[in-house]
Amino acid sequence: MSETAENLYRALVVERARRPLHAGEVEAADGAADGSNPLCGDRVHVTLRRGDDSRLAEIRHATRGCAICIASADLMAESATGLDDAGLSALWHRFEALLRDGEAGLGREDGAALGLLNAFADLHEYRSRRKCATLPWSALLAAAGTGEGS
Amino acid sequence: MNALTMPVPDLSAYRADFPILSETVRGKALVFLDSAASAQKPNQVIDAMTHAMRHQYANVHRGLHWMSERTSDAYEGVRDKVAALLNASSRDEIVFTGSSTNAINLVAHSYGSLLRPGQAVLVSEMEHHANIVPWQMLRDRSGIALRVAKVTDAGEIDLDSLRAELADGKVGLVSVTHMSNVLGTITPAAEIAAIAHAAGAKVMFDGSQAAVHQPVDVQALDADFYVFTGHKLYGPTGIGVLWARRAILEAMPPFLGGGDMIGSVSFERSLWAEVPHKFEAGTPAIIETIGLGAAIDYVSAIGLDAIRAHESDLTGYALERLQAIEGLTVMGHARARGGVISFSIAGAHAHDIATLLDQNGIAVRAGAHCAEPLMKRFGLTSTARASFALYTTRTEIDVLAETLDRVRSFLV
Repeated sequence: MSETAENLYRALVVERARRPLHAGEVEAADGAADGSNPLCGDRVHVTLRRGDDSRLAEIRHATRGCAICIASADLMAESATGLDDAGLSALWHRFEALLRDGEAGLGREDGAALGLLNAFADLHEYRSRRKCATLPWSALLAAAGTGEGS
Repeated sequence: MNALTMPVPDLSAYRADFPILSETVRGKALVFLDSAASAQKPNQVIDAMTHAMRHQYANVHRGLHWMSERTSDAYEGVRDKVAALLNASSRDEIVFTGSSTNAINLVAHSYGSLLRPGQAVLVSEMEHHANIVPWQMLRDRSGIALRVAKVTDAGEIDLDSLRAELADGKVGLVSVTHMSNVLGTITPAAEIAAIAHAAGAKVMFDGSQAAVHQPVDVQALDADFYVFTGHKLYGPTGIGVLWARRAILEAMPPFLGGGDMIGSVSFERSLWAEVPHKFEAGTPAIIETIGLGAAIDYVSAIGLDAIRAHESDLTGYALERLQAIEGLTVMGHARARGGVISFSIAGAHAHDIATLLDQNGIAVRAGAHCAEPLMKRFGLTSTARASFALYTTRTEIDVLAETLDRVRSFLV
């Protein structure tokens, strides 16, 4: 494609959009919520299970959407598994900052904490596409009952 | 000779009239294939508007001074240009509005108030939201019914369905597009008008797309209402047109109240101005109207027949190039179509396609195109759409096709 396209659609994003690793639905879920974008018709259904320590033990998503949306849902599920609610909230705020300001707006600690989610670092230059990446998060935060992300 | 028989004209020299076409986007030459959303503006329009603001501007219809009189002349002169463009029988049948949407809302409020519960408005499945929602709002406040004529798999209005919806004689108004902003389908307006009239209904055409791509003759169509907008016709935003038969306009109550639409005002009672001013409350979009006049002069000088022939050639070429791309499906295949092509690529979302095209300087639209019911009819949530204008070239179609091929390989 082009250098800028490959920055936005990094190999990890394209790969997860083609073959998500966390697609599906958690059976006997402890939480579930939907996210939808009426402008493009994209929809995300997130289900989650908590462990005995109330941490997020399993997260699954059923996503009908663009590559950014599917990959974001998948990398979100992977990154948020194992976190408690405070950790989920902290990760969401870092991700939000990444989408708003790019890597330049983050400290070294933030970059390390975001891990795989850094794949979306260039999305801040595409304002009209940010919602594609945040849609799964609004569903996850609703499913987890954190009262954030709407 | 008409657009269907004339040789393909070479309009490439006109590209130089559009300064924005020499811009670059993300380091690439701009390939602007989103003219159906809003067309770019030629110098002639830009200059006419800035000339008015620099040299000849005052409020219209009010002043007794030189500037106001001259500005009024320029403003009212555009009414004559629009009347000629549509072959209206009188300049008094031309109402300036803010847009096509405003024009349809005007009709829905004003003419709609003359409809009675039990009557219906009939639209088609291929309408823009602007020709659906005002009628739903009318339905909800006045108790009329909203009916919908089906669209065939080819993307044409199903005339049997249209006739069936009209059969009980309760439809007061048929309001359909003259050219789909999604499918590119040019509807058989004269035939639809005849069918509507035979059932006792009036007929309105949404010409937002059609008036840009072909000559329109409201008398030959036997239409009752026709609307279009300036910004798709290479003119500015903020100016649209409602044409309606004079007798209908005279029977309609005013829409908005204010200055310019009155004959006299007292606290007991006000009298309305004659048509078309009865429907033009407040200071109008003077500069924009002058810009629309320049746009009409511009396309008229080129010739809408020539523009149609050019775009028809481009559309045929684009269909050929795009359909050769693996996994690409064009939405609709109407027999009569203009320069709008919606498409999807198996395994690639329309927004990803649009973003990747944008990376290469190519502007297309992606989404539901303000026509969600039509998308649902075709089982789609979004498509990408390329649309053509008088300044579009075959080379740009080549760039689109080659880039789409790479986009597909990248995403799928």
